[in-house]
Amino acid sequence: MRDELYQQTILEHNRNPRNFKKLEGATHVAEGYNPLCGDHLWVYVKVDPKGIIEEAAFEGSGCAISKASASMMTVSIKGKSVEEANILFEEFHQLVKGDLKPDTQPNHLDKLTVFSGIWQYPARVKCASLGWHTMHGALEKTKTVSTE
Amino acid sequence: MILKFLPNQHGGSLDMNFNVQKLRQEFPNLNIQVHGMPLVYLDNAATTLKPRCVIDAINAYYVTGVSNVHRGVHFLSEQATAAFEYSRQVVRQFLHARRVEEIIFTKGATEALNLVAQSYGRHFLKKGDEIIISHMEHHSNIVPWQLLCEQIGCVLKVIPINDRGELILEEYLKLLSDKTKLVSLVWVSNSLGTVNPVKAVIEAAHSQGAVVVIDAAQAVTHTMINVQELDCDFLVFSGHKVFGPTGVGVLYGKEKYLSAMPPYQGGGDMIKSVTFAKTTYNDLPYKFEAGTPPIAEVIGLRSALEYFQTHSWESMHQYKQELLDYGTKALLSIDGVRIVGTAKDKTSILSFVVDGIHPHDLGTLVDQEGVAIRTGHHCTQPVMEFFKIPATARASLAFYNTKEELDILVRAINRAKEIFK
Repeated sequence: MRDELYQQTILEHNRNPRNFKKLEGATHVAEGYNPLCGDHLWVYVKVDPKGIIEEAAFEGSGCAISKASASMMTVSIKGKSVEEANILFEEFHQLVKGDLKPDTQPNHLDKLTVFSGIWQYPARVKCASLGWHTMHGALEKTKTVSTE
Repeated sequence: MILKFLPNQHGGSLDMNFNVQKLRQEFPNLNIQVHGMPLVYLDNAATTLKPRCVIDAINAYYVTGVSNVHRGVHFLSEQATAAFEYSRQVVRQFLHARRVEEIIFTKGATEALNLVAQSYGRHFLKKGDEIIISHMEHHSNIVPWQLLCEQIGCVLKVIPINDRGELILEEYLKLLSDKTKLVSLVWVSNSLGTVNPVKAVIEAAHSQGAVVVIDAAQAVTHTMINVQELDCDFLVFSGHKVFGPTGVGVLYGKEKYLSAMPPYQGGGDMIKSVTFAKTTYNDLPYKFEAGTPPIAEVIGLRSALEYFQTHSWESMHQYKQELLDYGTKALLSIDGVRIVGTAKDKTSILSFVVDGIHPHDLGTLVDQEGVAIRTGHHCTQPVMEFFKIPATARASLAFYNTKEELDILVRAINRAKEIFK
């Protein structure tokens, strides 16, 4: 089971998180907090007038799962429309709850399926979804997101 | 079968020869496997495992003795009432309280603290009065006082701690004044293991006329409690942290305060008579026990306390100190491990952080080896803030733990480090 959760992709994103910075000129910002773990991050999104996500970034502190997930989130929504990002959010949410089986059900998750085993760790699902909830909150103009 | 006399297997004789392997056989939960590995249970500060006698006592009530207490005249009700009240005597003796009326059953330490805040606090404190707590309190000994401060306008003061996680007593003495009306202090910190000098704190508070509440949730397995010798005004603990069931706790209070305090909750059992014009409250301790109490749990708690007291404090203490020393050295032998909470007087709680691995990842990874530790802020967020960390990993040891189990923890941490290399 251990290898299922801490796959190389996750460990690598934890070591070298992508877009790990405060994004100047962000159009959407939100703060995410997981009171259970103390995971705390900010997500920045820059949306152009046509509704395309030009850039996404995050900063803060958290466990490997939350950090890697937020890192991969910023990579995967870049260049997507807000609508597409929200679809990804929904799919990712279903994935980490174990309600979406990527092998048999159509989806747009691509590399994000590395989190497909996490539903077996109920206490860690919130770690994986924190960055995504915060991104969703930013796009919905919710300033503070808590996973409790 | 009379529940009151349902004997514990140990029969009450004091076991001077501390034999951990024999003792472990009393705890069926120690025999399970987790992820295919034998369970190594190191989360005793969160809750302790239950010996067979406790499970049997609860079982006996549910199989042959179910009844409500304090009302029926039938056989089962009288039997359950006798067993319930006998438990109160065992708790009185366990705490060395003067009178059985000073023992109130609650659903846990948290409810007991809320009871004191809402009943004593709201009745006897007023705007501008000061309450002192410490920086190392569990949230359950912070929030009830914050609520009280919001309600009546009293002021909360906090005793600071030093880098070892010890109270700074000089600062406490500076905070004390004639404005201080109540001091509420944790005896043993659940996140740091620090044992606080409660006797000195109580004496100083009394010299200013303040009452003192002691949170003994962790202390209850650490040291013998004598409330008369301590001279605390209130003391609380939870049954499940002393090998008893969840859902039951105890509030001890000096009779002079409990009698003067208004009821905390209204309902059955806490009244003598009810009319729409006037209700007369019941005597102590029933005044504070509205509604059907946790009967099976109270009976289970009695069994736990009787069981626990068959071991000598001296041998338990000595063994747990050995475990603490061994665990401390073993953890510090791992590169990148830092122990949080290094008080001189410390119980067998090991909070630590590992460089480069977040406590939650560590918790998940050692769980894969069957090792149960707690990770997080342990309901002491101000402590985490003080040490500038989001969380710690915590191994908290009970008298059934062994050095071999600590070796397994160390191996599991080393494996986690390999993965995160």
